[in-house]
Amino acid sequence: MSEHTPKIHDPKKYWLDNPKNVDKLVYAVYAVCAVLFFSDLIYHKHPHYEAEEWLGFYGVFGFVAFFGIVMAGKLLRKLIKRDEDYYDE
Amino acid sequence: MNSLNPGLIMIIAGVVAPLIPASIRGWALLFVPVGGFLYTLGLNVGDSSSIKALGYTLQLTRVDKLSLVWGYIFHIAAFLGMLYALHVKDQMQQISALIYAGAAVGAVFAGDLITLFVYWELTAISSVFLIWASRNEIAYKTGMRYLLIQVGSGVILLAGVILWYKQTGSLAFDHIGIETMAGKLIFIAFGIKCAFPLLHNWLQDSYPKATVTGTVILSAFTTKLAVYALARGFAGTEMLITIGAVMTAFPIFFAVIENDLRKVLAYSLNNQLGFMVVGIGVGTELSLNGTASHAFAHILYKALLFMSMGAVLFRTGTCKASELGGLYKSMPFTAVFCTIGAMSISAFPLFSGFVTKSMIMTAAAGEGHWIAWTVLLMASAGVMEHSGIKIPYFAFFAHDSGRRVKEAPWNMLLAMGITAFLCVYIGIYPDPLYAVLPFPVDYTPYTTAHVITQLQLLLFALLAFIVLIRTGWYPAEMPSLNLDTDWIYRRLLPCVIRWAGGIIGRVDRMVREESLVVLRDLIAMIERQHGDKAPMTQTMHAGTMALIVLSILFLFLIVMIV
Repeated sequence: MSEHTPKIHDPKKYWLDNPKNVDKLVYAVYAVCAVLFFSDLIYHKHPHYEAEEWLGFYGVFGFVAFFGIVMAGKLLRKLIKRDEDYYDE
Repeated sequence: MNSLNPGLIMIIAGVVAPLIPASIRGWALLFVPVGGFLYTLGLNVGDSSSIKALGYTLQLTRVDKLSLVWGYIFHIAAFLGMLYALHVKDQMQQISALIYAGAAVGAVFAGDLITLFVYWELTAISSVFLIWASRNEIAYKTGMRYLLIQVGSGVILLAGVILWYKQTGSLAFDHIGIETMAGKLIFIAFGIKCAFPLLHNWLQDSYPKATVTGTVILSAFTTKLAVYALARGFAGTEMLITIGAVMTAFPIFFAVIENDLRKVLAYSLNNQLGFMVVGIGVGTELSLNGTASHAFAHILYKALLFMSMGAVLFRTGTCKASELGGLYKSMPFTAVFCTIGAMSISAFPLFSGFVTKSMIMTAAAGEGHWIAWTVLLMASAGVMEHSGIKIPYFAFFAHDSGRRVKEAPWNMLLAMGITAFLCVYIGIYPDPLYAVLPFPVDYTPYTTAHVITQLQLLLFALLAFIVLIRTGWYPAEMPSLNLDTDWIYRRLLPCVIRWAGGIIGRVDRMVREESLVVLRDLIAMIERQHGDKAPMTQTMHAGTMALIVLSILFLFLIVMIV
């Protein structure tokens, strides 16, 4: 279906094409994460479980879970990855 | 009040659709789900209609709060899917989509198990054409596998219903429970359509092979019909908490390494169903409201995500992450709509997932199911991974694939725009959705704690993604195929059958050869005894015979005299 997908030379430079701008976005994420982490100190939680009261519990959980899922996925790939035409279809 | 089952509106329209001139058919059919929706809005709790047939009472229509939620959203999904497909002139897909959507609506308003069974099978048979409409060898084979499994679910359902009738003398579709054999069979039938773990793979196998527009339609109905059926028949069944938790967890690992982005969405769909199934298992008013509202929100954002990937496939001819990237430059609107779908499914505050999924989480935690709650929280980070980040990132951003294509057609953009609007609308103003839920809602999604904890979870997940990308640890997107349980019936079973066939063939040959030897020996023996000039075949003259008889007579006389 290559006729659908012209790969043309596009001289236009987009804002995201500049790695420095991508860095800016990444720093913004770092900053927001830091703010969110410490904002745990200033509001009252209504936890069901004790762990939820730990400082930054949800942040740490989100980071570790995401990291773990991707790494586990890499391991799984070693086990189940095959060629695209594996089923000869 | 005596009411027609609203599903019949779309089914009948589907049957007469070929009579409409092709040039205006697409437009004309758009009015059908609108009409069905308005009709459904006019229905009241308690409306029903029954007939007596062969001594059984069948309740063709039963309207209550649970069925109405599904009735509303199925009509909305049918309209959006058909608007998205407006440019498609393929009559087969138009008819199939209408009858399929109508059958799903018919099933949720079915008051008895036989009526349910009829619509249940109709959804299977009508929907397979959306896969076959791809019109290639792969789609044909996939469609056959899909049909076998879907119709199989119906057959198991029917077996369960017959047993249930023998045991209880009732055909009413109310709470069933898994205590009886009949209940177990019906549970499994629902579980197949709901893509329970190990029964799930028909979904990931078939949806990515349907047409661009077919997948959008498919994603809305079959599995959510199963969620509805489970909510009605098996609410509070403890086992569903475990099943649902496993369902939220295992697809996310497959989604991480899947290259076909429509297949990633199919795994993601499976994971979302898990949340709904947990809600049914917990079985409280809060959790069942959570399941109903999450099904409602999910149909919209999942359709939106499939629409955006469909638009990418339509314009570029591929949906493989390894061949995409940088498309925001030429498909900016699709990129924005896709991101709205991604943020809705990830449950960002102000998006629909935030106000629905949290009800299920809160209910699970409140009832003390801490293991399930922990798994759901982990799965929420997983949703952020495959649907929140992977889908938009690898299609529209990542490294620029150099593809420059046209933006999606206007009707696709309009369908995506309306769906995206609904996702945000529900997220900001959930009250109208809460008002139609089965039970009174006593839940406030927007508390400081909920907003901040959810943002922490999602933003730190994003942080992990940045770390993984920048360190190069994130698994590269590459052309590949990952094995799943379909391997059992696409590889293992054929191998076993070939192997068994080989063994049977060898035994068969041995038996034949041995029998031939025995037969040959037997024939040789007969030959020796009865063959030409063999003792048994020698002939005698009549004179010789007469002489022998005379001799015997003579001997006899002597003996008598003496």
